[in-house]
Parts: sequence; C-alpha cells; structure tokens
Amino acid sequence: MTAVLETRGLNKSFGALQVAQNINFRLEAGARHALIGPNGAGKTTLVNLITGRLRPTGGKIFLSGEDITDLPPEARVKRGLGRTFQINQLFKGLSVLENVALAVAERDGVGGNMFGAARARRAVAEEAYALLERLRIADDALKPVRELPYGRQRLVEIAIALGLNPKVLLLDEPAAGVPSTESAIILEMIAGLPPDIAVLIIEHDMDLVFRFARRITVLVQGAVLVEGTPGEIAADTRVREVYLGERSHV
Amino acid sequence: MIPPGKSSLKRPPAVEALIKRHRLRPIELLPWAIAVAAYFLFPGYLALGAQIFIMVLFALSLDLILGYAGIITLGHAAFFGVGAYTAGILAVQGWHEPISGLIAAGVAAAVVGLVSGLVILRTHGLTLLMLTLAIVFMLHEAANKAGFITGGADGLQGIAIDPIFGAFRFDMFGRTAYWYALVVLFLGWAFVRLLVHSPFGRSLTGIRENVVRMHAIGTPVRRRLVTAYTISAGLAGVAGGLLAQTTEFVALNVISFELSGAVLIMLIFGGVGRLYGAFIGAPVYMIAEDELAKADPVYWLFWIGLILILLVMFARGGILGLIDQAMHLVRWRRK
Repeated sequence: MTAVLETRGLNKSFGALQVAQNINFRLEAGARHALIGPNGAGKTTLVNLITGRLRPTGGKIFLSGEDITDLPPEARVKRGLGRTFQINQLFKGLSVLENVALAVAERDGVGGNMFGAARARRAVAEEAYALLERLRIADDALKPVRELPYGRQRLVEIAIALGLNPKVLLLDEPAAGVPSTESAIILEMIAGLPPDIAVLIIEHDMDLVFRFARRITVLVQGAVLVEGTPGEIAADTRVREVYLGERSHV
Repeated sequence: MIPPGKSSLKRPPAVEALIKRHRLRPIELLPWAIAVAAYFLFPGYLALGAQIFIMVLFALSLDLILGYAGIITLGHAAFFGVGAYTAGILAVQGWHEPISGLIAAGVAAAVVGLVSGLVILRTHGLTLLMLTLAIVFMLHEAANKAGFITGGADGLQGIAIDPIFGAFRFDMFGRTAYWYALVVLFLGWAFVRLLVHSPFGRSLTGIRENVVRMHAIGTPVRRRLVTAYTISAGLAGVAGGLLAQTTEFVALNVISFELSGAVLIMLIFGGVGRLYGAFIGAPVYMIAEDELAKADPVYWLFWIGLILILLVMFARGGILGLIDQAMHLVRWRRK
C-alpha cells in the first residue's frame, strides 16, 4: 500500500516544551483514519504541522511521495491537501454556493482571473453546484451562510474543503459544537465522502470515531501511543488508562 | 457533461444567479444620466462637477481595497498626490499632452502602490493602519522638501495642458474639464466594476470575509492583496492627475492625512464595499462642504462630523445602506 500522506520522525518543540515527538504516521489512499487523544495531546499541533501552519523542528512530511516539509501552506493545498476547521472558517456574508465556488476557482487556478473567461466562470459555478447537490445542501445554495443553522454551516465547512477535490482531507472535529439533534447529518455526510479520498478525522466524539474509522491513532503528550483497528484500540489497556478510562461511553 | 447548447435550459437557478450577477442593471446607468443632465442644468457649477467626478474616482479606488479587500488605510492620498504631482510636473517640464500625462500619473502611483504594498501588506490591523499613515506623512514631507520641482508649500504652478486629442481646449467655464473627468471616471468605473465581479474580485471579498479560510483553500493571499493595492493606487493616481490637469495647480495638501481621511469619510457616507458608495458619498460630501462652507466658512467641518457620527452609529451601510433598508421596508409593507 502506498501512503498518500506520511510523516517521518516529526518533531516540534516550543523552547523546552516538546509538543510533537518523533511522530511516524501513514495515511493510505482511501483511508478512514481517526486521530484521538486527551486534551493537549498535540492533535491540533500535528494538523498544523501537516498543513504547514507550523514548521517542524525535525522530521519530514510527504504527500504522495513528495517531500512537502518546506512548502508553504498554499502549495500543499495545491497538491491535494484539504482541511476543515474545528471552529467554522466560512465566508459568512456570501452565499453557500459562492463559499464553495471560491474553493473550486482556486483549485482550477482561475481564482485570480480578472477579465473574461465566462466559460471558466460557468464551469466553476456548475461544479460548485453539483457538489452542493451531491451533499444535499443545494436547497440553500443562494442563502448567505450566516443565515443557516450551525449544523448546516458545518456541512458548508466540509463542502468548501471538498471543492478543492483533495487527495487527503483533514477533518478537525467536524461535529464540534453541533447540537445532537443535527449531528446525524454530519455523520451522514462523512459516511458519504468519496471513497478515493484519504480522510483523517480528529474527533472527541467516540461514537463518531468508532463508527467512521477503520484505523485509529492515539496521541498522548505529543507522541503516538498506539495505532490499530477500532477493536484493538478499544481493547488496549493503555488507551483505556490514559484516555478512554476517563470517559464512560466506550 | 451537458452540451453547451442545451445547458441554459437545465442550469439550476442558483448557478444562473451566480454567473449572471454582473449583468448591468438599469439603475446602474442613473449616475451617468444625472451627470449628463447636470451639465445642462447647472452650467455655473461645472468646475465643482469635475472635482466631484475626480473625488468619486478617488473614493472608488479606495472602495476596491477597503470595501472589497478589507484593507484599512489612512494613507490613500499618498497615491492621489503622487499622481497629481506626476501629471503636474510633467506639464510644467514641457510635456503638455493630457492623455499620456494621465497615464503616467496612474503608472507612477501604481509603482508607489506596488513597492509600499509589498512592504506594508505583510502586516494587518493597527500596524498596517500606522504604516499607511507613515507613508503619507513621509511623501508629504518629501514633496515639501523637493520645492525646486514640486513648488513646495506654495504649490505647483505653471501647469499648461494641451487640448485633448488636439481638439478640445480646456476652457475657463470648465466644460472640457467636466467631460474629460466624466469620461475618465466612466472608464475607471467600468474597469473596477469588471474587476470586483471577476474571480479576482470575489477572492478579494473572500479575503475580507475570512483570510484564514482563503489561505486554507490555497489562495496566494498576499499576492492578491498587493495586486489590488497596486491597481487601487494607480486609479487614485489617475484621479490625482485629473485634478492637476483640470485645475492646473497642485497644492501640497493632495498628499495629506486630511485628504486620506476625507476620502474615507466620503466612502463611509455613501456605503463601503458597494461599488456605488463613492458615487453617493463624494457628491454628498462635496456639495455639503460647498453649501456649509458658504453658510459658515469656519465651522463647516462640525456638521460633516455630526453627519458622520449619525451615519456610523445608526446606518453602518452609509446612505446606500439606508436606501436598502427603506426598500426592504416598502417591500415588506406591500406583502
């Protein structure tokens, strides 16, 4: 199996504080992988290292075999690395359709076009709409995002990332802040993600993790504690101790 | 894929709405109808009219970066001033042809915009605001110091401009100046309108709405901002060049914090980020200034200040925002 995303010996420290320690991590094509760990385990740090918001102090990151360690965030996006945010990062005053169209336009390389190219513009709008239809949020296409309930906004958050047509999709707590009455639509969307995309989900909601993931990595104090199938993780005593033991729902 | 010939039948209304948003609406021709009518209705105010067009163009250039890209600046007059001095100095030094002089004014201001933008657009918020201020102060003092070429505090005098296309002489009634400024404003408007509806313009709006997300979808944010800043500076320079050419004089206050503030107030009066805010705000400000200063030459700014307070506290969208709300109310009542 080839890894679409791989980190080798990734380290990050702020002064004496080591927030990522020798992280070796592989995401296979089409993976459904979850990253879990108690608060402060370094999950967000790892996401920021992968997306390029943070520079590692050591180690390498590969995307489809290419070393992207020194590439700026934008270049990583162009190579197929998409992400969503734990707290919505949307264009709230713009319509749902345009939120997605902005991403599609950037991916197509026409986001900086100033003149003409009506055909390119139409292609972008049609593709964005087709994506909304696939995600079943096309009814809201013309509504400003800020008028949607939070759960629907969460879907737009994912839709924007999908507009990039990513090879790797990082979902940072996709169900965060969504009331339980609406969380079903999030689960449904995640379950319906295109099978060829490698998905890494960072999530606190264990129901979601165990329903979605085929592999789970447990991060503790900036280091990988264990990686395995959901069954292995649920049975692992160390995991129970440091993480699941605190909670009652597994 | 749907074949292109049939696609319009099947295309969903939302897609239709998005790609046809930039279609010209009849109301957008209203400012131009008023401008042409005003020529015949107020023949005694043509000089003021030309100055209003110039300030509309200046405010429009500010709207591109402030209203669309969300770059807050208190130094936009730097570019207006560079344009005014470029056009003025060229004419004084013997280059009297107006069109090329105006283009030179725009290019010079755009270059200053590009160079300063590359430096200051690395920052944002208060730092950026202070840097825009610093640049206008520096350029002001530079123009003051270089009196041998700019005329310093006395202003730049002796500007002589050839007839436009060798045919339309700048007359003492300001007729040529009126049409000249109006045509340039029209071209500037057409350009900015095209720009803000283009994918580039929409990406500026995206940057204003959420810069974090724009980074995350792979947008070269800083390059877009610098491009917008450069274009805006060029347009402001053209406006400044127009002022120099039509008034045949450049005062030191074209590069000033005061003028930067005034153009900001004009835009806020009209409405920010709406393309037409400049068309409402600049005339309202300048006519108010003209009338208020007649009634009270010393304290007219007091009233401008009062209007500003009322608008920003009770009508954040400016005058256009108020009109929007009124229309909304009328429609709602009808239902």
